[in-house]
Formats: sequence, C-alpha cells, structure tokens
Amino acid sequence: MSVFKDAGHLFRFAGLFVLAFIVFLVVRHFVVPPSFGQYGHYRAAAIGEIASRPVKFAGHDTCEACHSDVADKKSKGKHAHVNCEACHGAQAKHADDPSTVKPVLPDTTVLCARCHTASAAKPKGFPQVVPADHSNGMPCDTCHQPHNPGMDAPAADAPAKPAEGAK
Amino acid sequence: MNINRRQMLILLPAAAIAWKSVLAGTPEDSPNYKMSDHWWGMLIDIPKCIGCGNCVRACQTENDVPDGYFRTWVERYHVSDWEMKNPQDIMTNPMTDPQVISPDGGKEGFPVATDESGKYFFVPKMCNHCADSPCTQVCPVGATFVAPDGVVLVDQKYCLGCAYCVQACPYGCRYIHPEKRVADKCTLCYHRITKGLTTACCEACPTGARQLVDLKNPKDPIHEFLKTHSVQVLKPQMATGAKAFYNGLDGSVR
Repeated sequence: MSVFKDAGHLFRFAGLFVLAFIVFLVVRHFVVPPSFGQYGHYRAAAIGEIASRPVKFAGHDTCEACHSDVADKKSKGKHAHVNCEACHGAQAKHADDPSTVKPVLPDTTVLCARCHTASAAKPKGFPQVVPADHSNGMPCDTCHQPHNPGMDAPAADAPAKPAEGAK
Repeated sequence: MNINRRQMLILLPAAAIAWKSVLAGTPEDSPNYKMSDHWWGMLIDIPKCIGCGNCVRACQTENDVPDGYFRTWVERYHVSDWEMKNPQDIMTNPMTDPQVISPDGGKEGFPVATDESGKYFFVPKMCNHCADSPCTQVCPVGATFVAPDGVVLVDQKYCLGCAYCVQACPYGCRYIHPEKRVADKCTLCYHRITKGLTTACCEACPTGARQLVDLKNPKDPIHEFLKTHSVQVLKPQMATGAKAFYNGLDGSVR
C-alpha cells in the first residue's frame, strides 16, 4: 500500500484525536448531571428539589378540618372569603403539631387597620374608617367579632378574649 | 465475572440509561402530581386590590425572601386629572404622571392618600411565568427554564450568578440572592401547587385579588373569566407569552 507509505504520523495524530474524544466523553459523562436534558436544556432533578421545599402556610382547608366552628361562623359574615392565614399568618407548624405550637392571637388594633384604614387610594366600595375617629384607639374586637364583623352578628359569640380566642 | 469488550460496550450505555431513570427528577412529595396536566398562571384583579401588602409579607414568610428583595411587590399608581385649561401639559412632562410608589414593596401597606383628585389603583407585580421567557433564553448554563407545567424556575445548584437573566427580565422580577449569590425569583410556590395548595400570596390575599389559575384544567373559572372580562398582560408588545393576567389594568401601567 504505497498510498499509506509515509502516512504513519497521520495515523498517530488521528489516534490522538480519538483518545481525546474518548477522554471528552468520559469527562462529560461525569460532569453533566444525569437528568440534564430530560425535558430540555436544564437539570430535570431541579424540579423535584424545588417542589420538596417545606410549606409554611397550611391552607384554609387544613385549618377548617379542626376549626369547623370558626369556619361556620365566618361563612355567614363579610369575611367569608378571607382565608384564615390572611390574618393569623403562616400556621403550617401549628397544623403539624397543634398541641405544642400555639398561634399568637393577632392584635386587632394593628391587624384590622392594615386593610380598613381609610385612604383615597382604596377602591371606593371597600369598607374603610379613620381608626382614630372611629374607635378612639380601642381595639376593634371591643365591638366587632373579627370572624363575622357585622354589628348585626349573633351576640352568642361575644368578642373573643385573648385567652379563649387562642383556641 | 468475565466480560469481553463487546459485552462491555453493550452494557455501558444500558447501565447509563438505567442510572438516568433512577435519578430522573419527579416531584418527590407529590406522587399524584403530573406536570403535563397543568399550565399554571395567575389572575390579578386590579379593582379588588386594596394595597394591604399581605401578599408581599406572605411571600417573604413562605419563601424566605431576604429583606429589601421581592418575589412579589405592590405598586400604587396615582394618575392625575387632565388639566382643563392646558390639557397638553400632561404630555410635556410625562415623567411626573402617573406617580408610582412602592414603599418597601408595599410590604407594610401604603401611606394614607389624601389627594382626592385623579385616580388611584394598586398593581401587584410578580413573575409573569412567561411561556416564551426572555430570562430563560439568555441563561448560559441552563440553570433557569420553563418547567413542563409552565412555571419558570431557577436551578440554584446550577446557577452561576451571572445575573444575565436579571437584566433580561422585562418585568424586573428577578434578583441575585444576597447570601446564596444565585438568581432568585417567584416559583409560583411550586412546592405548594404541586401538593394541591394555592400559592402563599393567594392564600393570604383577603379580597381574592390574586388567583392561581391552571389553564389546562377545563373546570378552572379562569376560562369563563377570560371570556367575560377585559384581561391584559404586562408589556404585550414584548411577546413574552406572559401568564400573569391583569383584569382592569389601566393604560398608564408600564
């Protein structure tokens, strides 16, 4: 084979290329995460990692599983569509361990004002008051029951005192 | 065990495929969740928003968002009345109108507005979970992506923190986490929606101004809502395929 007579150096060079390619494949196998490219140009396992974060807001369905009395009371009033944790804050820890983790009862003076302080910027139909004029600094739950705030709400559920309200 | 070269060459790819399926990423805690059954978005009903900041606080609690950074925030717009004598004046200085404020992202609400003139409204902002996201397209390492269920996520183990995506997002919804030094953004509470819960911001919204929507669910009320309301997305001219739908959005919102 006279064609390949002086081609030895080319074969050695080609061998080097093949070797480099194999090294590339081996390195690539170890550095590219296994799930990379499963759904697209990203690591599919990241989806599962993000989904496995712990939840902090339990969700109103969880609350209502135990506190059905409050859910009943709330369903008749203007706050029917306000979820529990909108006012009570994130309660997943309490839901996981109700006996040891007790929620802190919100201070109605601060809590109610967040939504109901009068401002020209708020939608006109939304109930709003100037707290200083309206209640003279008294906590809102002196007169209103937060779960059913209308003044015509049944008197049987007197405004909650912090001790019993922490149920 | 004797394996010759031929057997080895057959076994290696087979083992690689088996290993791949072992490590395949499926949401672990949610065995009933199928990504292909969902296409998530958010409906934001501007006339219902009262600017209480509950969503911003809830998001920070749920997702450990550092102070001064926001995955969602609320802006208050004040659009002045037209000057009756010289209506053209509003055009001469468009930078002063509308006036937009967002003190600490609206986390603690807004100062009381006393000026009764003009109109006010609140605009909650968040990641629009675009179907054609500019942010995912610029990532040099494939660390951010649109998941098969339409949620734009960041793989924080893979992110280099180059911040190219932060610049690319036309809505300003991304930031570099000050401690992790990687891109961070709204995940649409992916750890919640895959478990059948709604997002923290929707859970905490007292007026229902925010609603998580699943565009692949035929029973989702969003379909009826989109038929009967004038719903817009932000910056439609950018063709991002945004899935944060705004009802009653004013033309002055940019």
